[in-house]
Amino acid sequence: MIAGARAILRKDLLIELRTKESVPAMVLFSVTVYVLFHFGLDRDSLDGELASGVLWVTLLLAAVIGVTRLFAAEREQGGIDGLLLAPVDRTSLFVAKAAALFVFLTAVELVAVPAFALLLLGPGLGGALPELFVILALANLGVAAVGALVAALAAETRARELIVPLLLLPLLVPLLIACAQATEPLLRQDAGPEELGRWLSLLSLYDVVFVLLSIAVFDFLLED
Amino acid sequence: MPALPLDEAGKYVAAAYVVFVALILIYVAIIGAKIARIDRQISDLVEDDE
Amino acid sequence: MYSKSLVPLAVASVVTITTALVLVFFYAPLDADQGFVQKIFYIHVPMAIVALCGFVAGGVFAIRHLRSGDRSWDMRSYVAIHMSIILGLAVLITGAIWAKASWGHWWLWDEPVLVSFLVVFLLYCVYYPLRFSIEDPDRQARYSSVFAITAGAFVPLNFMAVRLAEKYTHPRVLSQTGGSLPGEMRLTFLVALLGVGLLFVTLWKLELTAKHASMQLKRLRNRARVAA
Repeated sequence: MIAGARAILRKDLLIELRTKESVPAMVLFSVTVYVLFHFGLDRDSLDGELASGVLWVTLLLAAVIGVTRLFAAEREQGGIDGLLLAPVDRTSLFVAKAAALFVFLTAVELVAVPAFALLLLGPGLGGALPELFVILALANLGVAAVGALVAALAAETRARELIVPLLLLPLLVPLLIACAQATEPLLRQDAGPEELGRWLSLLSLYDVVFVLLSIAVFDFLLED
Repeated sequence: MPALPLDEAGKYVAAAYVVFVALILIYVAIIGAKIARIDRQISDLVEDDE
Repeated sequence: MYSKSLVPLAVASVVTITTALVLVFFYAPLDADQGFVQKIFYIHVPMAIVALCGFVAGGVFAIRHLRSGDRSWDMRSYVAIHMSIILGLAVLITGAIWAKASWGHWWLWDEPVLVSFLVVFLLYCVYYPLRFSIEDPDRQARYSSVFAITAGAFVPLNFMAVRLAEKYTHPRVLSQTGGSLPGEMRLTFLVALLGVGLLFVTLWKLELTAKHASMQLKRLRNRARVAA
């Protein structure tokens, strides 16, 4: 199972490296949304709750782009059927796609979070970096699992571009709540984690539930 | 906020319960009509057979 | 065509709901804080609880569908979810009416029940476009079941998250279900809950009957066309 997953993952990462279709778009989108928020909120700098909210909503909206494109390579080359004929079980496919999404999200955040700190964040990011890494890592895990599931669910419907955001965003609400609440005290003037344990527990629970559920249920998708 | 006087509160409570009852009646009416229509079409088909 | 249990169920629903209505308006005492407006609680909360159970039941039926491959389970799942969405809409409307009557605003972000319901409702509304954009009936049923299971698992997680995020300043009034209610109110509430539950099951069976009838019709039509 691992070998199959690794093969698919390597293919997806190579395709992305070569075509550069998803990650740059997601980064560009994030920075554009920061600009929109600047004008929409009429603020030069944000801190605390507002900063946390703007950052996470932007990241999740960018994730929608990544999820919509997750099976794009397979679709465009008529490859979904080819993949299914190959001796790869669907769990490997799920793990590979989720891992790819995780890598893309991490890559996007490597640019989008510093960009946020530069453009909109009032207090600096410095002190809170380790906690922020943990939150981002757990968040990416959850988004990757749910995103891969939603991508597969919407893969063969005609209205894919509409269904992905409508499905993904409500499903991510608990994750958003946990991340925004956890990040908020880190982005204040007097930065310092507060109640981090509670929100990290919620985030971890969410991750566990959706990783297990997606693996269990993925077998019934993309079947023929 | 202090409790509304009875006549004003009555309007809101009535509205809520009306929503509930209306929902049930509309739903039952739609399903009833659908079943009646299907029944008719089934008996038409059975007649054609005979 | 009608299942044998439908008539007794319907009768039981009507009787229970009528009893509940009588209890609400003639037996349950007037709430000290909210006055008459509190009576909305007896219809709003039971509908919310039944809708949630309906969504979870939809998920459970979906699991049985995926495990057995028997599409009748998918049908049960679809009807349960379909009806819970309608009930959910009623929950949101009655919740807004209650909010306006109690606090002067048509919406309250402080009520975790109401807010979670909005998110759940938004999620389940996607069930229809997802389901009906897939043409192959077998795949349609399978993908719908996957959605029903995912969404069913999501509902409790969502409630937990929204409740945790609630600021501790406003008292949770709508969500008082069993714990702190005085006796007469509790009895009225339980009867109302039973009534709405029975009503849900009755209408669920009724709609399943309609669906079976229409499938039977389709089968008869196909047979007639082949024979001709």
